[in-house]
Amino acid sequence: MPELVVLHPGWQSTIQDAGRSGYFRQGLSEGGALDEHAFRWANKLLDNEPNAACIEILLGKFEAKFTADAVIAVTGADMAVTMNGQVLSHWSSHSVQRGDVIRFGQAHSGLRTYLGIAGGWQTPRQFGSRTVVMRENLGGLDGGPLKQGDRLAFKAGESPARRAVPAALRPDYQTPLTVKVMPGYQYEHFGVIARRTFETSEYIVSNDINRMGYKLTGPPVSADTRKLASEGIAHGAIQIPPDGQPIVLLKDRQTIGGYPKIGCVASLDCARLSQRSPGSPIRFEFTDVDRIQAERRLFDRFFNYSHWVDDSRQIAWP
Amino acid sequence: MRVHAVSEQAVQVEFGRDIDEALIPVIARAVEAIRAELGSVIIDLIPSYTTLLCFYDYNQVDSQRMVREITRILSAIYAGGTGSIGGRLVEIPVWYDLSVGYDLGALAQQKSLSITEIIELHSAREYQVFAIGFNPGFGFLGALDERIATPRHSTPRRQVPQGSVGIADAQTAVYPMASPGGWNIIGRTPRVMFDPSGRSGQAALLSVGDRVRFIPISRSEFIEQGGQPDA
Repeated sequence: MPELVVLHPGWQSTIQDAGRSGYFRQGLSEGGALDEHAFRWANKLLDNEPNAACIEILLGKFEAKFTADAVIAVTGADMAVTMNGQVLSHWSSHSVQRGDVIRFGQAHSGLRTYLGIAGGWQTPRQFGSRTVVMRENLGGLDGGPLKQGDRLAFKAGESPARRAVPAALRPDYQTPLTVKVMPGYQYEHFGVIARRTFETSEYIVSNDINRMGYKLTGPPVSADTRKLASEGIAHGAIQIPPDGQPIVLLKDRQTIGGYPKIGCVASLDCARLSQRSPGSPIRFEFTDVDRIQAERRLFDRFFNYSHWVDDSRQIAWP
Repeated sequence: MRVHAVSEQAVQVEFGRDIDEALIPVIARAVEAIRAELGSVIIDLIPSYTTLLCFYDYNQVDSQRMVREITRILSAIYAGGTGSIGGRLVEIPVWYDLSVGYDLGALAQQKSLSITEIIELHSAREYQVFAIGFNPGFGFLGALDERIATPRHSTPRRQVPQGSVGIADAQTAVYPMASPGGWNIIGRTPRVMFDPSGRSGQAALLSVGDRVRFIPISRSEFIEQGGQPDA
């Protein structure tokens, strides 16, 4: 079986696909690639099924060797990637030969890079997904991040054309981000001043960020202190703990929780947020569910139905 | 009752403001009805204490339609009367012992009860499963007899062994896997609460709406049923 041998795992590199679906009721997190945009592009470049597993490399310093020829794709945070010392172009697919060594430098724009391979990484599925959720010790090779010496199998003989994401469609992870928020949950229990503070202030990404959530710092949003029974938590829910500093809950969040929530960040904005490093400015903008659903449907339609034309240099809408 | 969209992927139903055992059978019935009528668009449902969060496929239906459909289904349930649905009874054997129930001695002292009395009070009642969460298969059960209700530790233990049975406030629970935790540990079960192999679709032993009874067992029964005492 062709394999990728991990020489250096970096800060935290995990196998991620689109995550687990249908297991919230049993207490399982969904997990899955945090930046759905970069993740979907990695698979699009390779003609993979949309939720084929990629390696999500946090901050870089990942290094590995291929035991067979393959086609790979690199998307997401810019990490200065080299193959046998030669610079690899970003947001593109590349041919790889047996014995080649790929090295990721340190992220200088964005936090998470996706390394995809034609056919997807072939780790076992648990509860319908290859996704690693570290807190639950599920997925990947052993429920944890990749370690030195780990061997990831891939399919032989897959050889899609070499492609690049059109320049206009590559995001800049260093621009200030305004995320769309749907008011919901306990929104009505927040006072007028709390709501205005929340939607007019600039918040900063703190150091307290991980796959479960992003803690932001800024003018405190005073929350209702009424005791709340734990309730199901949707992706992007914005929890306001007693210190008034918002926490945006992401893919590895627990399924239920009891802090007041002022609303939910749109899933595509959660993806953008997941590439913002500590110190980045974030603003919140209230909007309605119809607008958010329309944007998300367009995204799904693009990645599910668009196809490559003109010798793989262009992508066409369905 | 209130039905509202909370995100592009989910609609939430609030059945009441305060935690109430009587709400659980109603929520369990709503789970069944929504699954039966909207199964093709429902992705998952999270029942919990006073609410039900419904995840659906937004590529098939929009938010307003979902709110409307769920409201219609719930109205039918309320119109039909709540009736009584018992919920499945699950028996969980527990070895209540100082060697695995690290807080059993302190709890007895604090409550001026004997260890036997604590065991009797904990195993006398049938509990309801209010919610599943915190960890896969972790069921929040209640309500405890007030005489043994006690707050969780202010500093959680780094590692609570798999199968540990704990108390926090008026609730009790079993740790399905070893994890950090702040509940007061009074015993251990040999029963598998969560099967990570996921071979059967239902990996968690408990579901919201189930009823639970704890059955005291001896050390030898505990070992016989595959329980692991501390080394």
